Amino acid sequence: MGKNISTFPRFSAVSDFAVLAEFGEKIDALAYKNVRHLDQRIAQRPFRGFVETVPALVNILVSFDPMVTNHSTVVEALNERLSEPDTANRERKTREVLVCYDGKFAADNRAIAYTKNVSTDYIADAHSSGDYEVMMYGFAPGYAYLSGVPESLHMPRKPRAVRDVTAGSVIIAGGQCIVTTLMMPTGWWIIGRSPTRILTGDEARPFLFDVADNVKFKKIDSREFDAIERAK
Amino acid sequence: MLRYGVPASGPMDRKSFSVANAALGNSKDTPAIEISSSGLTLDCIEGSVTFAIAGGGFHIAINDVALSPWCKATLTAGSRLTIRSGTWGNWTYLAFAGDLLCSRWLGSASTHSLSGLGGGKLDVGNAITIINSRTIELANHIIAHPPTSDLRSHVRVSLGPQDRYFDASTIQAFMTQPFELTNAYDRMGVRLRGPALAVNAALDMPSEPVVRGSIQIAGDGVATVLLADHQTTGGYPKIATIITSDIDNFVQIRLGHEVRFTTINAQKSIEAYRYFRLNFDQYLQNLA
Repeated sequence: MGKNISTFPRFSAVSDFAVLAEFGEKIDALAYKNVRHLDQRIAQRPFRGFVETVPALVNILVSFDPMVTNHSTVVEALNERLSEPDTANRERKTREVLVCYDGKFAADNRAIAYTKNVSTDYIADAHSSGDYEVMMYGFAPGYAYLSGVPESLHMPRKPRAVRDVTAGSVIIAGGQCIVTTLMMPTGWWIIGRSPTRILTGDEARPFLFDVADNVKFKKIDSREFDAIERAK
Repeated sequence: MLRYGVPASGPMDRKSFSVANAALGNSKDTPAIEISSSGLTLDCIEGSVTFAIAGGGFHIAINDVALSPWCKATLTAGSRLTIRSGTWGNWTYLAFAGDLLCSRWLGSASTHSLSGLGGGKLDVGNAITIINSRTIELANHIIAHPPTSDLRSHVRVSLGPQDRYFDASTIQAFMTQPFELTNAYDRMGVRLRGPALAVNAALDMPSEPVVRGSIQIAGDGVATVLLADHQTTGGYPKIATIITSDIDNFVQIRLGHEVRFTTINAQKSIEAYRYFRLNFDQYLQNLA
């Protein structure tokens, strides 16, 4: 549990029930690959006392039952799984999310168009043609962080959050995109609204995505949007 | 469900919640009502049911006849139960001998305050229904307290995972100086007032998982303790995390009151957890 070791993976105790395994300090593909590898190995071969994994971008939180095991035993189990090859034969699901990019739903499209010197139609086309991947869930229920926003749409986070952004908003910052599930403040850029529910309301499958799923956005017009909302 | 952005939510003070349920012989996850310092008044409209209350030192009364803060009693049609903030604590729990009818999300009646998902929040005028209600013959109305009387103002933490972002003198200040709870306090977390805890690294950490009890330090050096309805990830460095057995004590500290943090290492935190769990479970069994 040495905390000054600068090499990765680095393991830190979190309270009395978890270990944080870190693979880097900056977002990069290798760190993320390690996160996913460990997540999958634990899913395939859970250790004694395992409770849950929470994968993030450069690290993963692994929680355990402190009546059954402890931090150092868990770290051993994690090291073992890290050294194992990935044998998973998983199919990667592609999930479709509908988006209406009309001005009334896209408070920030004009500002982005102005900044990037493109048309608002371009934003809709570029965003809906990207290949996205679910990196992690975070913040609040159903907030899935998707990577894959085309470089031409990368915007830094706003200096100040905007309050009361409607649930279902499609928001972007840097290379990431989220379809929101709650009315919340956000400093990300609002480029559309989706009638697709990420919190599905289906007990058997309460969240639309799993981490590692692929996501495609499909552009719809406001008539289609209204029709879907009415049918709910 | 942290994996899907869902914090555990549920009671702020999990110990008191389980005391209220155990006192009635309920299973430990039976839904109960959490009452904040704003209090609650309930009129029993129909039927009768035995209830139990445990939590902070609230004023409890039936038809203006006072009961002790940790009590069990039977409510009958026409009687009024009042629960008001009392001498100490922020939260108390009202459990019933029966099934409280409430909505659920992901199989849980825990309420996520931000979204309203789960059991939900009671408002003035709402009716609540208990099905399969039972009345229990009571020899004693008082619920015994657990054998260990914890010093609430002293809270144990494990350092990290980002303690490396702080100078030794800052960690020292964190461990030795008192902090005060501010009124920026809700089910998501509470901001503290105390020595500024300067972060000596650029604040561009990628968002990472956080837990109930995480103590995160914002760019202005102010500490926030994350609680039951916490966000599941955050990009601020965390100087320490409150250990499980002490979070329940911490949430009962009132705003304006003092808290001090003492650190224990990973191995000691496991020992502290097991010691707490074994003793507390024994105590709960004896209550039933």
